Amino acid sequence: MFLKGEKFQMKTTNEMSVELESRSVNEAFARTAVSSFVSQLDPTISELNEIRTAVSEAVTNCVVHAYRDKIGKIYINVKVTEPDTVVIRIRDKGCGIENIKQAMEPLYTTDPNGERAGLGFAVMQSFCDALKVHSSLSRGTTITLTKRLSPRISDV
Amino acid sequence: MQPRTLIRNNRITVFLSGDIDHHTARRYREYTDALIQEKKPSCLALDFSGVSFMDSSGIGLIMGRYRMMLLYGGKVRVVGVPAQLKKMMELSGIGGLDVFEGREISNENN
Repeated sequence: MFLKGEKFQMKTTNEMSVELESRSVNEAFARTAVSSFVSQLDPTISELNEIRTAVSEAVTNCVVHAYRDKIGKIYINVKVTEPDTVVIRIRDKGCGIENIKQAMEPLYTTDPNGERAGLGFAVMQSFCDALKVHSSLSRGTTITLTKRLSPRISDV
Repeated sequence: MQPRTLIRNNRITVFLSGDIDHHTARRYREYTDALIQEKKPSCLALDFSGVSFMDSSGIGLIMGRYRMMLLYGGKVRVVGVPAQLKKMMELSGIGGLDVFEGREISNENN
C-alpha cells in the first residue's frame, strides 16, 4: 500500500557480498554462494536454476575474458529488494569490453578454438528479467542481473 | 575419474554427470576427444541424464564434439536431457544441428 505522494522505492531488505579469485574452480562456488543466499526467498527450482546459470555465465566471462591468463579478483554483490526481486552485481577489474554491442550478439565469441558457444550474454538475458553491462577498457566490467521472483504464498 | 562409457559397435556413449561448467567441461572434452581419435566411432552419444547443472559451456562441449565428429564423417547424439537443462538446449539452437534423438527438444527456435 502506498500513500498518496509517497515515492515508490526499491527497499533493500538483505544484502551479501563475496570476493573471489578468477580461477575456473571457483565458478561452482560463485553460483552456489549466490543461490544459497537467494534460497531464503523460497524461489522455485527453475528460478534458482536460472539464477545459478546466469551467475555461472557472468563469472566465467571474468575468468575467460576479463582476466584471461592472469588471476584477478571477482566481486559479487547480491541485494534482495522488495517485492521479491534479486539484484546481482558481478564486477571485475580486468581488460574491459571494447565493443559491448558486438560482445552481446548471440554466437559472437573471441575464442578461436570454438569451445565457447558465444552464448554467455544471451543466456544472462533470457534467464533474468534485466541485464545491464557497464565496461571501460583496462578498468573492468560490471554486470548487473535483475531477477524478479514469482510471488510467494507467504506474501499473499 | 573417468566418466562411464559404453562402446557398442560403432557407437560410443559417454555419460556426463554432476555440474557442467567451463571448469568441468575441459575434462570431458579431453576425454571424449582422445576417445574419438582412438576409436573413430560413427556415432558419439552424449548422455546428459546424470547432469544436475549446465551453463553454456555444455553447449560449447556439444558443438566442439560435433565439429570433430564431422571431420571423421560421424555424428553426435545428445540423449537423456533432464528438464532443468531444456531451456538452455532450446535457447542455444543446437537442435538445428540434428543432434537430438526422437522429440526430446523442439526445434521451433531454429
